[in-house]
Amino acid sequence: MYLLSGVAVFAVCAYALVVHAHLIRKVIAINMMGSGVFVLLTAIARRGDETDPVPHAMVLTGIVVAVSATAFALAVVRKLHEATGHAYLPEEGEDAPPDGGGG
Amino acid sequence: MSFAGLVLDGLLALSLPVLAWRALSARDLYRAVILFITFGVILALAWARLGAPDIALAEAAIGAGITGALLLNTVGGLSRKNDKDDERPDEPTDRVGRPWRTRLAVTVPVTILAGGLAWAVLSFPAPVVDMPSLVGEAVAEGEVSHPVTAVLLDYRSYDTFLEIGVLLLAALCVWSLGLSAVRSTAPEAVSGSPVLAGFVRLLAPAMVVSGVYLLWAGTSQPGGAFQAGAVLGALGVVMVLTGLLVPSLGRGGVVRAGLALGFAVFLLVGVVSMLATGGFLAYPEGFEYGLILAIEFFLTFSIALTLTALFTTVPPREKGGGA
Repeated sequence: MYLLSGVAVFAVCAYALVVHAHLIRKVIAINMMGSGVFVLLTAIARRGDETDPVPHAMVLTGIVVAVSATAFALAVVRKLHEATGHAYLPEEGEDAPPDGGGG
Repeated sequence: MSFAGLVLDGLLALSLPVLAWRALSARDLYRAVILFITFGVILALAWARLGAPDIALAEAAIGAGITGALLLNTVGGLSRKNDKDDERPDEPTDRVGRPWRTRLAVTVPVTILAGGLAWAVLSFPAPVVDMPSLVGEAVAEGEVSHPVTAVLLDYRSYDTFLEIGVLLLAALCVWSLGLSAVRSTAPEAVSGSPVLAGFVRLLAPAMVVSGVYLLWAGTSQPGGAFQAGAVLGALGVVMVLTGLLVPSLGRGGVVRAGLALGFAVFLLVGVVSMLATGGFLAYPEGFEYGLILAIEFFLTFSIALTLTALFTTVPPREKGGGA
């Protein structure tokens, strides 16, 4: 049951990651995708008769790495907002900002 | 499993994707963040049901608590600036629409991906190696009795070592961006309120005690350095928000040393144990418990400080230098 739930969370967030343009929304989507994987791992750990502590330790590590990455991503978004005035990346076909987004 | 338990599991498992969808399609970013925090809390409940109290604790404190605070902070910062120059007053809402063709083009591969994943997880082969009992045997040999802590700090200590390295790196990267300070979003009347300050003063000792308890309990029960660090880090965030702690967290050198302390102690123990026993982080016989507890203590301190630093994003002031 939780296996399928994890897969569903992952898929929903993968969709949202591509569809939404606002960068904060993309950050939330990536973070939640990670959570979907964590649910999957924990559910896998539960399959046997006793709970397997190794995936638990992996997920614990994963949560801390996820918060580090999220904090950094949010700081980059704030920096972009300070520099260009909005929290979107330039879209294809739109005029890129004069100072150039790079890619 | 009882019927009520089954119903609860079903509701939790169902509400996770629904909440994720609601959070990501909410028009207002504030609502999206609140739903994200709700998602984190439900996730913590789900993990408690899955027999993973360690992860549930960490998720409630780090995933829902600190990430939520970071997100709210960023959204608040973005919208406040917009109110000022009045250019895009509704930036917190997502205004870039996608045509239905794009949405369909994304939906098809995502559905295929989800189907493939679901098929894969449902047709898992039985595990070849019986990990739980292997870990159980190894834990019985070691001196730390809680399996998750044992895995984290005894057998897989490389991972944990690099993990604290990642935290340190994130803090350094955020500092190097040179963002302006996070100002308390509360109006002056609230941040100067004696009730709030008094409440925080009451709250702080309780949080310190629970943090230290989590750390101490970690060797034999659910808990450990990361959960304890998260609780103390949350305390740091609250203190910054109420103005009891300046955003730059005090003198530069002290803060930097504090951030690096956990990593440095871990490295030191690793190198010393390598000299003594020949393996990096192979604890010598008899010292295991004490060494693990010492590492956890310093890790907790550094994790708490790093999480607070990630929240404030302000590099510590050099002596005599400007902000």
